[in-house]
Amino acid sequence: MKSATGLTGSGSRDWYIQRVSAVVLAVYTVVVLGWILCNVGFNYEQWFGFMMTLPMKILSLLAVLSLVAHAWIGMWQVFTDYVTTRQMGPSASGLRIVLTSAVIIAVIAYAIWAIQIFWAN
Amino acid sequence: MPAVKSNRPVNLSMGQVLDVNLKSPVAIASILHRLSGVIVFLLVPVLLWLLDKSLSSPEGFAQVQAIFGGFIVRFIVWVFVAGLLFHFIMGIKHLLADLGFAEELQSGRIAATIALILAAISVVASFVWIVL
Repeated sequence: MKSATGLTGSGSRDWYIQRVSAVVLAVYTVVVLGWILCNVGFNYEQWFGFMMTLPMKILSLLAVLSLVAHAWIGMWQVFTDYVTTRQMGPSASGLRIVLTSAVIIAVIAYAIWAIQIFWAN
Repeated sequence: MPAVKSNRPVNLSMGQVLDVNLKSPVAIASILHRLSGVIVFLLVPVLLWLLDKSLSSPEGFAQVQAIFGGFIVRFIVWVFVAGLLFHFIMGIKHLLADLGFAEELQSGRIAATIALILAAISVVASFVWIVL
């Protein structure tokens, strides 16, 4: 394992997961934005009736799990490119692990929140 | 430290970096793809809050409707939607390149230019739709 802070510790596996999660998130974006565009001025019953059907609850969970992986890998890439010793001096390594850890904690919190929204009631 | 000592200039001035990259639609698309991803990531909690509130009860839904009357929330939601649409379009370009489409220099430049135009239209259209 080359990196302890990447999602899978494997570049090719991160590459693959980044693309699968991208497709799930793209589908979710089209479905939700598409519904909103087709139902402008919707009320609570319509909104709840759409989002809380089983297919949408499953798709929402898939999307948030994809977001966890996608944001983790993407932010890791950004930090490993810009928060580097070469560009920032010796403090970069410490700062990068703090930033990466914050992202990991944040995306897991996002997932817990989303699960609470869709599956708690 | 790299095993082989290299004399390549690695700390180019920001002026030089911008000078080269601002002439390249591929470079502009690439850095904005990253930037839009970071923005979307940072704004997810706002959207989760709106989602949570709007699905919690008819009263919560009405509350979300009420705060959408204010400019600030509409503006933040627009930044999220614009960032998402930008990231979406650049992501499609990226996935197509992974499949072997438009990954040569010239075709890549054309694809980046088309993607930037589509993204600009999406950003403006979502502004008109959400903020105005």
